Amino acid sequence: MENLNLILPEITLFFGICLSLMVGVFFKNSFQITMKLSILILLGVIYLILTSWSGDKQIFLDSFINDKFSNYFKVLILISSIFVFFSSNQFIKDKKLFKFEYPIIIMFSVLGMFFMLSANDLILFYLGLELQSLALYVLAAIDRDNTISSEAGIKYFVLSALSSGLLLYGCSLLYGFTGTTNFNEISNNLNSENIGAIFAMVFILVGLAFKVSAVPFHMWTPDVYQGAPTSITNFFAVVPKATGLAVIIRFMDIPFKNILHEWQTILIFIAIASMILGSVAAIGQKNIKRLLAYSSISHMGYALAGVATGTYSGYTSTVIYITIYVIMNLGAFACLYLMKVDGTYTEKIDDLSGLSKQKPLLAFSFLILFFSLAGIPPLGGFFAKFFVFMAVIESELYALAVIGLLTTVISAFYYLKVIKIIYFDDVRVSFDDIRNVSIKTTIFLSCLVLSLYFISPSFINIILDGLFI
Amino acid sequence: MNFPILSTIIFLPFVGALFLFLFSQKDESKSSIYISLFTSIANFLLVLFLWYSFDKNESGFQFIEEAIWINGFIKFKLGIDGISILFIVLTAFITPICIISCINSIKKRLKEFLIAILILETFIIGVFCSLDLIIFYLFFEAGLIPMFLIIGIWGGPRRVYSAYKFFLFTLLGSVLMLAAIIFIYWSVGTTDYTEIYKLKIQKEYQYLLWLAFFSSFAVKTPMWPVHTWLPDAHVEAPTAGSVILAAILLKMAGYGFLRFSLGMFPIASEYFTPLVFVLSIVAIIYTSLVALMQEDMKKLIAYSSIAHMGFVTLGIFTFNKQGIEGSMFQMLSHGLISAALFLCVGVLYDRTGSRMIKSYGGVVNYLPKFSLIFIIFVLGALGLPGTTGFIGEFLVLVGTFKKNYLAAILASTGVVLCAAYMLWMAKRVIFGELNKTISKLKDINYLEGSILLILCLLSIIFGFYPEPIMNTMDLTVNVIIDNHQNELATNLTSNK
Repeated sequence: MENLNLILPEITLFFGICLSLMVGVFFKNSFQITMKLSILILLGVIYLILTSWSGDKQIFLDSFINDKFSNYFKVLILISSIFVFFSSNQFIKDKKLFKFEYPIIIMFSVLGMFFMLSANDLILFYLGLELQSLALYVLAAIDRDNTISSEAGIKYFVLSALSSGLLLYGCSLLYGFTGTTNFNEISNNLNSENIGAIFAMVFILVGLAFKVSAVPFHMWTPDVYQGAPTSITNFFAVVPKATGLAVIIRFMDIPFKNILHEWQTILIFIAIASMILGSVAAIGQKNIKRLLAYSSISHMGYALAGVATGTYSGYTSTVIYITIYVIMNLGAFACLYLMKVDGTYTEKIDDLSGLSKQKPLLAFSFLILFFSLAGIPPLGGFFAKFFVFMAVIESELYALAVIGLLTTVISAFYYLKVIKIIYFDDVRVSFDDIRNVSIKTTIFLSCLVLSLYFISPSFINIILDGLFI
Repeated sequence: MNFPILSTIIFLPFVGALFLFLFSQKDESKSSIYISLFTSIANFLLVLFLWYSFDKNESGFQFIEEAIWINGFIKFKLGIDGISILFIVLTAFITPICIISCINSIKKRLKEFLIAILILETFIIGVFCSLDLIIFYLFFEAGLIPMFLIIGIWGGPRRVYSAYKFFLFTLLGSVLMLAAIIFIYWSVGTTDYTEIYKLKIQKEYQYLLWLAFFSSFAVKTPMWPVHTWLPDAHVEAPTAGSVILAAILLKMAGYGFLRFSLGMFPIASEYFTPLVFVLSIVAIIYTSLVALMQEDMKKLIAYSSIAHMGFVTLGIFTFNKQGIEGSMFQMLSHGLISAALFLCVGVLYDRTGSRMIKSYGGVVNYLPKFSLIFIIFVLGALGLPGTTGFIGEFLVLVGTFKKNYLAAILASTGVVLCAAYMLWMAKRVIFGELNKTISKLKDINYLEGSILLILCLLSIIFGFYPEPIMNTMDLTVNVIIDNHQNELATNLTSNK
């Protein structure tokens, strides 16, 4: 008998989803109830993960692994999902999107991510990925009466299905050339003379790069970010990105460990391309969601730069980077929920002009969040970049480090543009007063963490201690 | 464990700013002036106490504070020596003056302005106290945020352009320094300055690392040809912003050259001396010529700042006692005099709303007190004996003569040119034909008069009696020079 305690969080989450589904179906106007129930379920799962973990263990013929790495990311995506629910409540009400399926579908995708994070086998990994993607397709098109949102959903579906296909092809090649689907055994059977397996690696990497929207597989990002409702974009910008990076680290660390030189070049290219494109293309954007889309592309570039080192300190720096990235984006998107003019939500950057005179506190939050996104010390975003460059220079990838540092200057330009519009320009439109505690709490917590991060910049490092051997 | 006086000095203004941020009353402007003034003066008194208790006969760092910061990587380490204490005194002295000066000149959002100034003070003092390269970088870069806002919110018509230029230029210079700092960490094993000093950086790495640090400091100094952000930033910044920029922010680069470039890369510093000399001399002569043609007073003073900083870099890279002490003195004197000149221009600007030379003339007829003080500062800026400006320039030139005749002769022409543009401006603004608009102006009030008088007295007192300053830095400068000579000697023997 397998020890089912190890997948207790997953089981709980699954039955929780079923429960909320039933509640959603049998109660009238059940949106608020399912929303609250889902937050409770997610909190319960966090509790289970934190209490039940007792060392790295593998079950189901070593196909499922329950280790510190996967648990760290599970807690991270659970916390960020809770904050997404928490802050998007008002927005959903105003947009009349209160379908009870909304929290349920998000939880399904979280369940898929749990299996991706814990997978130690190609088949389990692919099943998790598909569960996650399927839920995300539905989410992108959830505002189905809106043409832009439906277009975004279709676009995301077509491209994502293509990339899943490539990934599956890569998995099958890998199985063909190594004779196994288990990650550890693949790692043992793989060496750099195995050309077929290297092809497989390239296909898998392409599929994963698509999921984290790294250049040159980033085309969907701005459109989907803009088209989907802000609450969905909020989720898209944070949770699948964290999972995608975790899975990339897992693949590079275990199955592809022996072909480091082969994938390192590819990742360096992807990282550099993402950093450059993300920072250059964002300059001309007028829509703040598109701007954040390009900004997330360039952030993925920095995060992948940490992976590209192929060292444990590099992986750790990526984990720190993605954690701080999640905190920054949760805050930034929560600010978007407050951009409401005469009852409708606006996404134009120009509408922010003169915000500092109207709403000094919101303007100040934007200031902290955007300077932090730009990576200016002493805010949290600086330390994220600092640890990545620390690892990159340790591995003597000087070109990557210098290009990365120079692109931070370019990207500083467009973050400054937003600050400039908020602080230096005159008032154009007046924002509505939104009295919503949960949005403001999210922004406040995010700003607090980012601005006080410098007091103890190593607290994530301490949590991560022993993550990679 | 002693009382952590350095941390207190660094974070006291920050606490004041926090208090100001949380504090909101109806009569905002008055109470916020009082709070910020109280904080900054308290900080100044603490700094004076620090200077008093500073042991001038000890060569190493004093008041060292250490704490674990990033686990296993970096320690939060503070400490001061004879060079940094002087800059801390300057910073703590200039900040209250800025705050007083904005009582009349800042018309909108005074509270936010004061918060920005206090936070900036925290970061600047942090730069001068930090003994760890990462901490240094952190404070060095963080200063960009408040300064960007000061220029952008309270500046003149082209403020956005100037704020961007200031921010991006300095950021571009600094990111290369960050790469260099991280590289030093991996090659030496620490970023603790005192440790690096002992362990030494390998010779073959020094050249590139020196260039990376140079890229940051050269932009900040600013040296020709990356000086173009300074005139723009100065012209558009409000008076208090210009004062901080000229008096303190530029000194961070001079301090950086002295402490980090000379201390960590002695061989590369020697190797690149011709480069620095050429750039400094071009800066001195070229910017003086440009200053001659300026019609905007603030721009003229900005260009003269670049020329004066040219003397500073020239002096630092002579590697002899006269040169380095001269540069130090020049920086401090420039801190006093350029601050005062910007304040003087601010006084005129508050009354007429114009900074153009041509809109003035015959000011002496209606503002006699102001004119007297203004002329004293003009003379101080051109290095008249008896003011601090003279001692700095003179020592730098003496030091340069020891090193290179040609450089010294060329730099001397800068002194003459400086006299030319400064006196010509004084002639057109203070004397000259009477402009009708001037007759309506009032002479300086009690507040403006008192801060200008303090600056004036200080620059004359230290002009005649520089001993307290010289005395403080003497030993530290000796250590820097000795270390430099030893390094070069060991390098020479190892080459043979």
